[in-house]
Amino acid sequence: MSLWEYANPVKFIRTTDRVLPWLAWLSAVCLAVGLIWGFFFTPDDFRQGSTVKIIYLHVPSALMAINGWLMMLVASLIWIVRRHHVSALAARAAAPVGATMTVIALATGAIWGQPMWGTYWAWDPRLTSFLILFLFYLGYMALWAAIENDDTAADLTSILCLVGSVFALLSRYAVNFWNQGLHQGASLSLDKEKNVADVFYFPLLVSIAGFVLLFIALVFLRTQTEIRARRMRALLARERMA
Amino acid sequence: MRALIARDLALAVRAGGGFGLGLAFFLIVVTLIPFGVGPETTLLTEIAPGILWIGALLACLLSLDRVFALDWEDGSLDLLATAPLPMEGIVTIKALAHWLTTGLPLVLAAPALGLLLSLPAPGYLWLFLSLLIGTPALSVIGTFGAALTVGLKRGGLLLSLLVLPLYVPTLIFGAEVARRGADGLAVETPLLMLAGLSFGTLALLPFASAAVLRVNLR
Amino acid sequence: MPDLGKYADAVLSAYAVSLVLIVALVAFSVMRARKVRRELSDVEGRRG
Repeated sequence: MSLWEYANPVKFIRTTDRVLPWLAWLSAVCLAVGLIWGFFFTPDDFRQGSTVKIIYLHVPSALMAINGWLMMLVASLIWIVRRHHVSALAARAAAPVGATMTVIALATGAIWGQPMWGTYWAWDPRLTSFLILFLFYLGYMALWAAIENDDTAADLTSILCLVGSVFALLSRYAVNFWNQGLHQGASLSLDKEKNVADVFYFPLLVSIAGFVLLFIALVFLRTQTEIRARRMRALLARERMA
Repeated sequence: MRALIARDLALAVRAGGGFGLGLAFFLIVVTLIPFGVGPETTLLTEIAPGILWIGALLACLLSLDRVFALDWEDGSLDLLATAPLPMEGIVTIKALAHWLTTGLPLVLAAPALGLLLSLPAPGYLWLFLSLLIGTPALSVIGTFGAALTVGLKRGGLLLSLLVLPLYVPTLIFGAEVARRGADGLAVETPLLMLAGLSFGTLALLPFASAAVLRVNLR
Repeated sequence: MPDLGKYADAVLSAYAVSLVLIVALVAFSVMRARKVRRELSDVEGRRG
């Protein structure tokens, strides 16, 4: 029994089929609890007023936007090294989810920024790097969509993902250098002193768990879809040949 | 290798090769800017370094789809792939040829266009230097993008979408050198970063481009 | 409904935008999954 067994598409579909309902419900529950708790039962911050409630959407989506790209990077590496098709398709499946998370993070950030910083958008390093990350997601998805041959597309997009990761990281630091930011430091860290207060912290954790589970559930579902779509293309091609 | 460079240069200079197009595009962008933002000299002076960098970057982007397209169409790319030259070498030479035909003319023309935007006097040297150091990175990164989209029929727009985010760090450091230079500030840090970026991409990215090209020629 | 004070618009619109996006993403994924699943079983059924 090893992890690589799940590289078999049939096995992957069978297992994820069994896990998916649980994941979906668990993520729905976590999201509901985290967001309702955060929205209805947390106090206002003494400086930010009620806008602090946006944190329960902003921080988890931002987290998943970055981790989504990381997951694609790992999946691309697995495809390049071990050539498991499920891995390449999982990377493809994750891209739209990650892009949506990026949009949520940007939109909630902009809405929060208007009353707090007095502007929807500032060319702050974190904001700018998220915008660049979004552009990378767009390019990655466009490349997948543009190439007809599945294996070629998988190869090219995974290399793009690797190169893109390096450049995204470079951009992150370049942007830091280019402009000093308005954005506060990390909301979550192991250093207790810097953390947000407990009343905000626990619903935030639940909400993050909900976003993580949602991401996993969506990636499983979409990977299944990609596997099926691919099998269908193969079958149709064989029919045409016959 | 030398033969390949000579051939690429000859093809570019000959009619239809698009040798002057990048330059003309650069000139037009710079001409249009004052129409867009107004003719006040102070404003133009302030934005001149950034405009010149963006103009050069776009002109560079414009000519990227020519890097492999013609060779792909007439099949000479397949011949090159079977040549004793390693694919990494071919890619590097293609990038070099692109730089010589597009990047270098842009670098040389930029100070002249700086006059049009009333770039302050100390800025010329730094603008020239930053472009000289930065445009090779643009060519190398662009060659990677061109290799990614070589097999596609309408790859032009996709090419821009793929390449422009990759251009961000180069643009930031390059424009920063030019801007600080124009303001008479210290430029060492961004200049070193820009140089590092150029050499880094030049050293590493051809491997990625070659891998991509091999996939596309499969 | 908690009292959101003067920032009610911001908070509500942030939640609205995010929930719409999430629901749209989930709905789109589920719909495409169903469609592809059905089409695949059609094609497989045709092969017998």
